[in-house]
Amino acid sequence: MLISNIEIIPNMRVVRHLGLVQGSTVRAKHAGKDIMASFKNIFGGELGAYTELLQESRDQAVARMSEQAQAIGANAVINVRFSTSAIAAGASEILAYGTAVEVIETGK
Amino acid sequence: MEVLFQLAIFFILLALGYLFGRRAESKHYQQIFAREDQLRHIVVLNQRFPPPGMLAHRTDMVCGNVVISVDYFKTVVASLRNLVGGNISAYESLLDRARREAVLRMQEQASLRGAETVINLKFETARVSGNAGRAIGSVEVLAYGTALIGPGK
Repeated sequence: MLISNIEIIPNMRVVRHLGLVQGSTVRAKHAGKDIMASFKNIFGGELGAYTELLQESRDQAVARMSEQAQAIGANAVINVRFSTSAIAAGASEILAYGTAVEVIETGK
Repeated sequence: MEVLFQLAIFFILLALGYLFGRRAESKHYQQIFAREDQLRHIVVLNQRFPPPGMLAHRTDMVCGNVVISVDYFKTVVASLRNLVGGNISAYESLLDRARREAVLRMQEQASLRGAETVINLKFETARVSGNAGRAIGSVEVLAYGTALIGPGK
């Protein structure tokens, strides 16, 4: 599955547009790490645990998106965008969306 | 008595925030400058199409993210600023650091894959809630783009 955040894929030609695909995930951190984070709010600095958490959730959102794309017969997702929102205290939603397309190499 | 106790806690937190926050910030900035010099060979553009001459390159999406927390001192300074209005430079440097760090991490990922250029850079900023009440507790910055990887890499 090719994933790209530009509208074209070099050397490839879009033969079929299959519409929007998306994947999202909502994650929360467990209380222990939340407490550590509130300590960090006094001292400042990077919150490694949260960085990791959000990275993982983003990977999962992309995986869900590509699953959905695969299910409708696409072999690439172009114009991918990310969006994040805090929906509740300690939980955030991560959304990845893009256009599912079928591409072939331009030589063929 | 209780008021005095609370006041003491407030000033201790303020001092801790000031000391550790300042140190963390200057250390982080030094690190950022050094790494930016190292990664300057990876050109980051926010145009949507590959520059001419790179149309045959392979593409791959790369991203870098970071969550940075404010310190207590900054929170207090910002809430005082809110009374009179104006630039909150305490938060400006925080976001500047976060954004540059995110771009650096993205560039690092791109360089691991042997890319020369990253195009269509997008930023995404989100507040991580769940701490520090109404003020910004921590911010997450994500930078993502498409890496152009030359043939033979």
